[in-house]
Amino acid sequence: MAFLEIEKVSKYFPGSNGKGAICVFKDVHFHIEKGEFVTMVGHSGCGKTTLLNIIAGFETPNEGGIVLDGKEITDPGLDRMVVFQNFALMPWMTVRDNIRIAVRAAYRQWDRRRVGEYVQQYINMVGLAGSEDKKPAALSGGMRQRVGLARAFAVQPKVLLLDEPFAQIDALTRGVIQEELIRMWMATKNTVFMVTHDVDEAILLSDKIALMSDGPEARLAEMIEIGIPRPRSRETLIENPDFTRIRKHVLNFLVERSRRVQSEPQISSALSPVGSQFSSTEVTG
Amino acid sequence: MNGTVHFAKVKERQKAWLISLLFLLIFLCFWQLITRPSTGGKTEGLPGPFAVAQRAWEMVSDPFYDRGANDKGIGVQLLHSLGRLAVGYTAASLLAIFLGVVLGLYPTLYRAVNPYIQILKPISPLAWMPLFLYTVKNSAWAAVMVVFMSSIWPTLANTAFGVISIKRDYLNVSSLLQLSWLSRFFKVILPAAAPAIVAGLRISIGGAWIAIVAAEMLIGGTGIGYFVWNEWNNLQLTSVISAILTIGGVGVLLDAGFARLAKNLSYTE
Repeated sequence: MAFLEIEKVSKYFPGSNGKGAICVFKDVHFHIEKGEFVTMVGHSGCGKTTLLNIIAGFETPNEGGIVLDGKEITDPGLDRMVVFQNFALMPWMTVRDNIRIAVRAAYRQWDRRRVGEYVQQYINMVGLAGSEDKKPAALSGGMRQRVGLARAFAVQPKVLLLDEPFAQIDALTRGVIQEELIRMWMATKNTVFMVTHDVDEAILLSDKIALMSDGPEARLAEMIEIGIPRPRSRETLIENPDFTRIRKHVLNFLVERSRRVQSEPQISSALSPVGSQFSSTEVTG
Repeated sequence: MNGTVHFAKVKERQKAWLISLLFLLIFLCFWQLITRPSTGGKTEGLPGPFAVAQRAWEMVSDPFYDRGANDKGIGVQLLHSLGRLAVGYTAASLLAIFLGVVLGLYPTLYRAVNPYIQILKPISPLAWMPLFLYTVKNSAWAAVMVVFMSSIWPTLANTAFGVISIKRDYLNVSSLLQLSWLSRFFKVILPAAAPAIVAGLRISIGGAWIAIVAAEMLIGGTGIGYFVWNEWNNLQLTSVISAILTIGGVGVLLDAGFARLAKNLSYTE
């Protein structure tokens, strides 16, 4: 039994004319092991954010279900923290209060002092010491997402759900925060499910990449194992031949094949046909 | 550069002040002109600005005297009015905010209740007066209830709108954190909807202040509205005009208080 099991999940949205339903994705089925970092990549409309919302408990699947640590997910909860694309910080709260409300919710038995020290520790960890009393509006996109990451990590959830967390951050800052994310992930050994458009980002961060075919009726087309040893960094990665090969394969899929997968369901049923060729002898994590 | 901009702004503000003063001067001259004796017009015999200023000064310099039912200082009358305002307005606001949040969180309920709100909203709060007088049989409480009716609708409508417009993300975060109903209410919903709620409160306090003056003219006894009516019966038009100016001044102060509150509770995303 895996740690996080996505079990044959299908999602339908009501049709625009009121009758009939449009299938966003069908029979998406994969497992994430404890401590694993899995990223879902696919075109807009393949339902990857919808799947993340289902795991978070914001939406319910029409078929199938999610099992986390042996328990089926029905509602949002503190065992799954989301890092949102648009940060979702409370704009009327300071940086400290945004993290504190999460910490107080997660550790209800702690006294004020313990909560305060713990919050400060996470503020320091993401390099926001000195900005504790600022409101989110006074921060850059990168700094806001640092608050988002601190809030999510501080809760110490079973699973971190990252919904295109770097999409709204400028390219130069993005690299820095990605490396901070790796550092925090390595330190905490959290289980992570991320959704992104950015292929480089996916390869840099993940143990596995789940490739989705195009919607409607999107399928999980491939599960690619990234065997590149850690620690990885942007600089060393570009010279790594595995990186180049995986990148080419994924881009090729997104450009050429993602549209055809629907008509070839036999491919979508095979979970990792291509994956093995990229695996190094040892899987990290 | 910045200094120049700042300087230009200050200059503009000074200019506005000057123009304001000019208007006041023109108005006072006009007033003096039409109220001078032997004009033969309808305004003949009305007190001019000097007489009113003198009376206003008298009223302000001894605001809290009390020499029987029909002879009380303007301060005493204002306190009676403000007391009724405070009770009716506070009760109406608390109920309106609570109901507004509930309606905002349950859109179906909102849709079901909305037609009734739309019918009740345009009714002058004074129209309820006979019903209140009949039921509570106490004119002072009837006036409080008029204030209540005048200040409930804008706050209710604005609160419901503010809560409906709360970004999905904030509610998602609070359900992730499994916040209790209380902290969800006080830490997320209220602050998120605060700008809309305060806008409603601000409209309400203005409406309530208008309503209480009219209500007090009807019920008699005490209050600034009664004072105006009583002085009219005494044909003391200097007092009437002074009281009118006082009512305006208090209205400005009430509004300014809520403007400051709005500034403190606003946020940028």
